[in-house]
Amino acid sequence: MSPMSDVMVLKQIRLAPLHYRLTLAAPEAAREARPGQFLHVRCGETLDPLLRRPISIHAVDREKGELSLLYRVAGRGTALLSEKKKGDTISLLGPLGRGFTMPSVSEKVSVVAGGIGIAPLYFLLQEIGARGQAATVFWGAATREQFFSPAAPGQNNDGAAGRCFSVMQGICEQGHKIFQASDDGSVGFHGTITDLFEQYLNSHRSGEAVLSRYGNIVTDHEQFKLDQVVSRVYGCGPRGMLKGLCGVIRQEEIPGEVSLEERMGCGVGACLSCACKTRDEKDGFQYRRVCVEGPVFSAREVVWD
Amino acid sequence: MSEATSGEKAKEKPNLVVNIGGLRLKNPVTTASGTFGFGPEYAPYIDLNRLGAIVVKGTTLQPRLGNPTPRLVETPAGILNSIGLQNPGVDHLIEEALPFLAQYDLPVIVNISGDTVEDYARLAEKLGRTAGVAGLEVNISCPNVKKGGMQFGSDPAMAAEVTRAVKENTDKPVIVKLSPNVTSIVAVAEGVARAGADALSMINTLLGMAIDIKRKRPLLGNIMGGLSGPAIRPVAVRAVWQVYREVDLPIIGMGGIVTVEDALEFILAGATAVAVGTANFINPRATVEVLEGIEKYLVANRIHGIRELVGAAHRT
Ligand SMILES: Cc1cc2nc3c(=O)[nH]c(=O)nc-3n(C[C@H](O)[C@H](O)[C@H](O)COP(=O)(O)OP(=O)(O)OC[C@H]3O[C@@H](n4cnc5c(N)ncnc54)[C@H](O)[C@@H]3O)c2cc1C
Ligand SMILES: Cc1cc2nc3c(=O)[nH]c(=O)nc-3n(C[C@H](O)[C@H](O)[C@H](O)COP(=O)(O)O)c2cc1C
Ligand code: FES
Repeated sequence: MSPMSDVMVLKQIRLAPLHYRLTLAAPEAAREARPGQFLHVRCGETLDPLLRRPISIHAVDREKGELSLLYRVAGRGTALLSEKKKGDTISLLGPLGRGFTMPSVSEKVSVVAGGIGIAPLYFLLQEIGARGQAATVFWGAATREQFFSPAAPGQNNDGAAGRCFSVMQGICEQGHKIFQASDDGSVGFHGTITDLFEQYLNSHRSGEAVLSRYGNIVTDHEQFKLDQVVSRVYGCGPRGMLKGLCGVIRQEEIPGEVSLEERMGCGVGACLSCACKTRDEKDGFQYRRVCVEGPVFSAREVVWD
Repeated sequence: MSEATSGEKAKEKPNLVVNIGGLRLKNPVTTASGTFGFGPEYAPYIDLNRLGAIVVKGTTLQPRLGNPTPRLVETPAGILNSIGLQNPGVDHLIEEALPFLAQYDLPVIVNISGDTVEDYARLAEKLGRTAGVAGLEVNISCPNVKKGGMQFGSDPAMAAEVTRAVKENTDKPVIVKLSPNVTSIVAVAEGVARAGADALSMINTLLGMAIDIKRKRPLLGNIMGGLSGPAIRPVAVRAVWQVYREVDLPIIGMGGIVTVEDALEFILAGATAVAVGTANFINPRATVEVLEGIEKYLVANRIHGIRELVGAAHRT
């Protein structure tokens, strides 16, 4: 398969004023996609804006040959993408990049997402859930609106299917537990998602159940050993949040992986624009390409300035 | 199709072969250094054998880490980059990248950069005796490194000195890559021509910058960067036009080529071959599409060989 294809838009729904979910008919890409990989998307038709935009693969339906993206309008490229309608075609490169390492079935998985960082983690949760493994999800956002549910009237409308798409509901239906945090306190824990995650770890250590009020689960008092609660962590979100998360899990010695963002040119490893600093014995650090060696990196190897 | 007509078709096929300072290319479409990696990156998208030549990422004697991020900013119909010549060094190129390219029927042109004239001489000597290197492109014009780089390219005497040092250390064709960030590109071209360059390649990126008005600071980690893409095409076409008139060396033209029409502009202005750069990022098949377009154009205009077209805009 050539990793470049023109695919058709099946559906574009607006989940919040700046958040969209785009579903594409892309059987080959859907078949090959692994959680954590991304597509390099041609958002416009002209030479301005010039570059493609990297967007993570958010969900796939291999039987139907469909693939979805979940994105936030951040500027001109994503604004053009949001104008695409059913029947339009879009040029894609991908799936590209190195995705998440799948956990073993016995592992206790925690997933920590900041804002739109939920996009690639949703796909991971889909794959983990499909094999009957339950994860604990921590999702933080600025405000209630940015969890896209319940939908604003007339926005989250799936049209003919008659059923609204909800990230929250999707995750719960896959069998996972979910905790929320918001910057303004409008949903769940009032504070950052990393703080909530840290409190979760601490509450298990001390046997307290302080968190039950922020999530849809009651903390299990019988599990005191940390690695019986969290043995692997996956994260995606803003840089500052990931830095904090990596600090926490390094301290607790929990293995983990994070998905990074960097400005991209080619998306295929040719231009060296998307450099990210990783640990290197000789020089202290080296630059590696987010588009090829990433976007998923081990939490230990990333160097945060 | 009868044999007679397919025979006629074959006869009609225009001659695309060009000669770049002693280097024979089966067609005039090449890749711009730094935009095409070392080849494997684009092998899933195109048959590399179709390229006239591949010009690989800029190489230095020692590995280079490159500049801090962000290294890329998009500007109107263009990009600013400040990669800073990140590369694994010449030994790695010879051991790892060249064997991959040896599988193809594809001339490999190695783009070289140095901090000193001595660096260029040693690179030329090393690559000059390396099998699988068809020619050298001497980057005297990179705006993204502090030492050397552009200083060599902005002074005709310095440019000539680097050229001479490279020529003295290799018998392979030496293509000198010129910077547009000069008062007179013709003067630099004349200097390197006198010093023995076999061909010219132009243009490298235009020095530029962009500022984040929210944070009130430069957008690139390295503050300034090199502008490429469609935005610079008119500047590049002008440079090729001027140098073609004054200097009798084959030119590889580049700067913002996206479509066949863009490539034809360069050829008509005086370029013998062209290189596709930034456009690869948007369309990984851009090189092949430009090549197919050139063939179609020649057939449609009943032109037998691409060489008839080179510099034709000067003659009409
Ligand atoms: C591997 C990868 C996966 C991604 N997945 C998703 C996703 O699933 N959903 C989603 O909404 N977004 C995702 N992004 C971010 C997305 O690529 C950018 O938001 C988008 O490129 C912005 O383009 P624009 O033209 O709309 O905005 P621009 O006008 O280009 O920029 C708007 C703002 O975004 C910043 N920005 C631009 N490009 C990037 C970038 N590559 N990384 C970080 N900041 C940037 C700029 O500094 C500026 O402040 C991903 C990025 C990467 C690298
Ligand atoms: C990301 C990037 C990296 C580049 N690296 C090099 C390099 O290593 N050596 C060099 O001579 N030119 C380098 N260039 C310049 C290009 O080879 C070319 O001269 C320039 O980009 C103009 O062509 P374009 O507009 O088609 O990209 C680079 C350009 C870009 C965009
Ligand atoms: S975007 Fe070009 S190397 Fe990663």
